[in-house]
Formats: sequence, C-alpha cells, structure tokens
Amino acid sequence: MEPFVTHVGRAVPLRRSNVDTDQIIPAEYLKQVSRTGFGKGLFAAWREDPSFVLNQPQYEGATILVAGKDFGTGSSREHAVWALTDYGFRAVIAPRFGDIFRGNSTKAGLLPVVLPEATVAALQDAVEAEPATELVVDLDNRVVTAEAAGIEASFDIDDYTRWRLLEGLDDIGLTLRHVDDITAFEHSRPAFLPVTA
Amino acid sequence: MGRTLAEKIWDAHVVRSAEGEPDLLYIDLHLLHEVTSPQAFDGLRAANRKVRRPDLTIATEDHNVPTTGITGPGVPLTGPDSPVTDPVSRTQVEALRKNCAEFGVRLHPMGDADQGIVHVIGPQLGLTQPGLTIVCGDSHTSTHGALGALAFGIGTSEVEHVLATQTLPQARPKTMAITVDGMLPEGVTAKDLILAIIAKIGTGGGQGYVLEYRGSAIRSLTMAGRLTVCNMSIEAGARAGLVAPDEVTFAYLEGRPHAPSGAAWEAALDYWRTLPTDTDASFDHEVVLDAATLTPYVTWGTNPGQALPLASSVPDPDSFADPAARAAAERALAYMDLKPGTALRDVAVDTVFVGSCTNGRIEDLRAAAAVLQGRHVAPSVRMLVVPGSMAVRAQAEREGLDAIFTAAGADWRSAGCSMCLGMNPDKLSPGERSASTSNRNFEGRQGKGGRTHLVSPEVAAATAVTGHLAAPADL
Repeated sequence: MEPFVTHVGRAVPLRRSNVDTDQIIPAEYLKQVSRTGFGKGLFAAWREDPSFVLNQPQYEGATILVAGKDFGTGSSREHAVWALTDYGFRAVIAPRFGDIFRGNSTKAGLLPVVLPEATVAALQDAVEAEPATELVVDLDNRVVTAEAAGIEASFDIDDYTRWRLLEGLDDIGLTLRHVDDITAFEHSRPAFLPVTA
Repeated sequence: MGRTLAEKIWDAHVVRSAEGEPDLLYIDLHLLHEVTSPQAFDGLRAANRKVRRPDLTIATEDHNVPTTGITGPGVPLTGPDSPVTDPVSRTQVEALRKNCAEFGVRLHPMGDADQGIVHVIGPQLGLTQPGLTIVCGDSHTSTHGALGALAFGIGTSEVEHVLATQTLPQARPKTMAITVDGMLPEGVTAKDLILAIIAKIGTGGGQGYVLEYRGSAIRSLTMAGRLTVCNMSIEAGARAGLVAPDEVTFAYLEGRPHAPSGAAWEAALDYWRTLPTDTDASFDHEVVLDAATLTPYVTWGTNPGQALPLASSVPDPDSFADPAARAAAERALAYMDLKPGTALRDVAVDTVFVGSCTNGRIEDLRAAAAVLQGRHVAPSVRMLVVPGSMAVRAQAEREGLDAIFTAAGADWRSAGCSMCLGMNPDKLSPGERSASTSNRNFEGRQGKGGRTHLVSPEVAAATAVTGHLAAPADL
C-alpha cells in the first residue's frame, strides 16, 4: 500500500448524503477480476449528467472528495475504494462513513477523514467559491487546512490505523508476525466446531 | 458485570490483544463468492501464500450467474450450452473455479444441489452455528447473526487477510439492544419489522455498533424471520446483528449436514446455552419498539430508511426538519418519479421480485404462494420468483409451490442473487418500477434507472395481483 503522510490537492464538493457504494460504482462494473481500471465506473450513472460535479471543468484534477453524511454505506464492495483511487482521489472528507467502506479505504491507501457537518459544509462552500482552493490533508498531525479560506480542522483517527497508513504497511504481514499465537489459538478450539471439508 | 452475547463471542475469539492495537480475532467460517474474491486470491499468489484453513472456507456462485438455463449439475460454463452469455461474467465465474481448485476450497457451482445465495446456504447446511465468527466479502453477512453468530461483511483486502491468516484485526464494536416486545399483528412480517426499525434509527444509526435484537416479538419469530431481520442490519449501518440462540435455533440446526451430532451436539448445546446476554449486562445504546403498533411497511425513496406504512402517502420533503433529510427526500422523489401526497397504494409497478438473501427462503416462497393461490398476476406486471438456493427450489417443487407460481403467471427460476443487485441478466430497465423483497432500494440497484420499493413477500405477491402496492388484506 502506498503510504499516506500529507496530501495537498484541490477538492470536489459532493453535496449529497447517503452516497451508497452502489452509486460510487454500480454492480455492472464489478465483473472485472483485476484491481485496476475501476475509475471508469466511478459514479457512472451520475456522470451521465453533464452538470454533475465531477463533469465540471473547474474540478478537473481534484484529488480530495468532500461529501455529505454517511458516505459509502451499503455494499461491502472494495471496488468503490479502487474506483475512487483509480480516478485519482487520495482522501474523502465527510461527517460520517459507512463502517465497511471506511475500513476498506484504510486497507487501500485512501484516507477517510471525519469532520463535523458544519466544517464539511464550510469546506464545500470554500471550494465552490474558489475551485482552485488547495486543501492540505495532514495525517501526521491529524489536521485538514484550507488556508485561503481560513479553515483549519483537526480530525480523529486511531493511532494504529494512522501508523499503518503513514508507513504504508500490509496488514497480512503484520498479522503473520503473530502466527504462533494463531496456531496456539487453533489448538484450543472446541472439537464440535464445524468444518467445510 | 455481565456480558452481552456479542461480547462473549468476541472474547472467545481474541487471538491476541495489545494496547493501542485492534484485537486479532479468529474467524470460524469464511464464505466466498465470485465477485469479491478474485483479487484476494491474486494477492495470495503474488505473495506466495496459501489458504490457511480451506476446511473453514466454502464458496458458491451467486451474484453473477443467471437464473435461467440452469439444467442441473454440470451445466457448462463455456460453449454454446452455457447459460452465462456475458464473457466478462464467465471469466469471473471461471476465476472462482480455478482459485477454489488451486487452493483446495469447496465450491458449490451453478446447477449444484447445494448452490445458492451464500447467506442462504450457510444456515441451510448447518455451517452457521451459534457463537461462531463468520465473515464474507458481502455486507449481508449480518444474516447469519440470526443463529447467534457474530457475522459481518468485509472488503476484498480483508478477504485476502482471512484466507492467509484465518484472522482479522478488528476494533471492538459498541453494542446496541433493539428490543421489540409484544405480538406482531396479523399480516405483519419480519420484513415489516426490520423496515420499521431502519426507518426509526436511520441508515447510519447502527454505525459502529453490533445490534442485538431482543424481546418477545423477536423470540416469537421463526428462524426464517430472524434471518430476514438480521440480514438488513447493514441497512441501518451496523455490520452485524444478532439474535440470542434458543430452542428455535437448536431445533433449526439439529440434523443439518454440518451440525454437530451425538456427544458433540450435547457439548455444543451446553456451550450455546451460555451465550445469551447476561441479565446484568449493559448495552452502549438501547432502542425500544412496540410490535403491536406495526403494519406492513414499504419504502418510498432511495435508501432503506425512507420507509412508511403501506397505508400512508408519499411524504412532502418540506415535512423534514433536517435540511440534509429534506434534500435527500427531494432527490429521492425526483428519482422515484413520485409526487408528495400520493397514496402508496396507488403506486403502480411493472415488476415484482420475490427472492434474495433477505426473503428467498422456503418460508418466504410459501407466504408468497399462499397469496397467489387461485389468483393471477396482473397483465401489466412481470413477476420473478427466485429461490435463495437450489435446495429451497427443490423443496418448493416438492410442495407444489412452483405450480402455484407458474399458474399465477409468475416466472419460476433457479437460485441466485438475481434481481437484487443488477449484476446478472435479471434487471430492471430504465424507468421500470418494482416491488421487491430484496434489501436495497438505492438508485439503479436493480438496474440502471430502475425504481425499487422494498416490501415483504406477502405484499410483493398482493402487489403482483393488483398491479399496484397492496397487502393481502386488500385482495
């Protein structure tokens, strides 16, 4: 996984709440067996509308999505994260995320940033007023700044997830350091538990 | 201080716990399907890793397979007789078959007698048992909580992690009790109950929590009803939902192929009886509902929380105080092509879908068939009845339910996710409107531009007869 320390970029305001993962990438795009190329399916239905925010030229090349509450609800498809990163996003800022989406993001190097609704709205206002506004998402110091708009907001993220993202660490490698614990646990499992074989 | 059911299962599965780190949880059962697993197997190959416990892993083909042309076991995947006509879908199914063969994972392919929707076959085979940790790369894994298992959906990176290590690092969730006391009135189902719960707590209300459904109304539900309720926990934002194991659970499990037997059954029973939440345990949050106040529910919008009793009317967005909820309602009504004040019973549909991991079990098909018996689907409506598994299909045929559906003019299909998710040939066309027993009414969920009203099997069947949203009592 690519480490995430500090990211500086322009942002896209997505003023919608409850953006479920079926909107982020519809099921018809989930048939690929690779991890790449999902950017073309990102918000596929909404992008057919020329006025949709991602189609507006002033937001071209933006790398931070600023969305409404409950972003990434619904289906567990990690393809939603792959679609966002493949399209070029490195961070999503929202007041609340679907649990599975948030977990998937941190496994794939996309930073989910939780900020209060009022702060998210202020960031959206700032970006709409001046699309060239640069945001700094600083994971090291857990702070988002939009200096030109006078916004500085700190965010919470647990130490362990932050460390993994800062270092770009692979979870499986971390877990396999404890393979002896896993083996010992397996020896303690009751005999009545089911097996598929 | 006592512990909740969720806490007991959690504690029994902690492989390793360290300050400042998520717990490392052991996973008892890992379910796989074709859509969210190929990249995980690729990851294993790239790192030269194997599946640690193929004997705790099982796969099925469900999301991306057709529900017609399944002639039986051994139905070909390639060639002119293959029911899978889309080459990209075929590649994905082929990938699952190759991966399962290479890594030694049991697979139930299209046409197999035990093939079906992953969340239908787990309980049916008796693999889903109380006290287990169960994961699958599918958010409706919460279904298995109906038997008192801690079961939750994961992403593909986590699928790879479980394949490689049989564990997952997880932060301990909070617990929420959803207590439903009283008796469900005649004609009110488990589906109505869960839609009412989601409408009450909202699509984000359960985020960060494991839900435990409690109270006399939950205890009175059949296992099928409990599975329906737990299935939609994720629609309230919760990764997992649970019902404490009891005599209903034990009676359901006894004699199933993978349920313990003999002395092992007795040992398992002794353990399972220790699992229910202690009387002195406390939950982080509690919600209470009165079953007696419930009526059949339907969704009017584009998320499962946008639901109302069938007897009501399409709401006016201006009636929502919260600006975000108002904007969401405006958007939903525009997408759904509905006008505020329209009676929900006046909403006409083109398609009725009975099936899915929410309502694709034999009890659901019996309920729909009971309504359709001696009646006919309205000429303006197409109705699909899709059993959740091939075993459900076989059982329904033994009971003659297929004959009732066919005589009523419905289409009787083979098992799969079908029209729940718009990924296989069963889809809505743009602008089409459905009454669906599935779990998500998101924009385009059942096909691009399609409009979905979530309902119970009973309401689905009555709606098929009248051509507009209706309950059996309306017939």
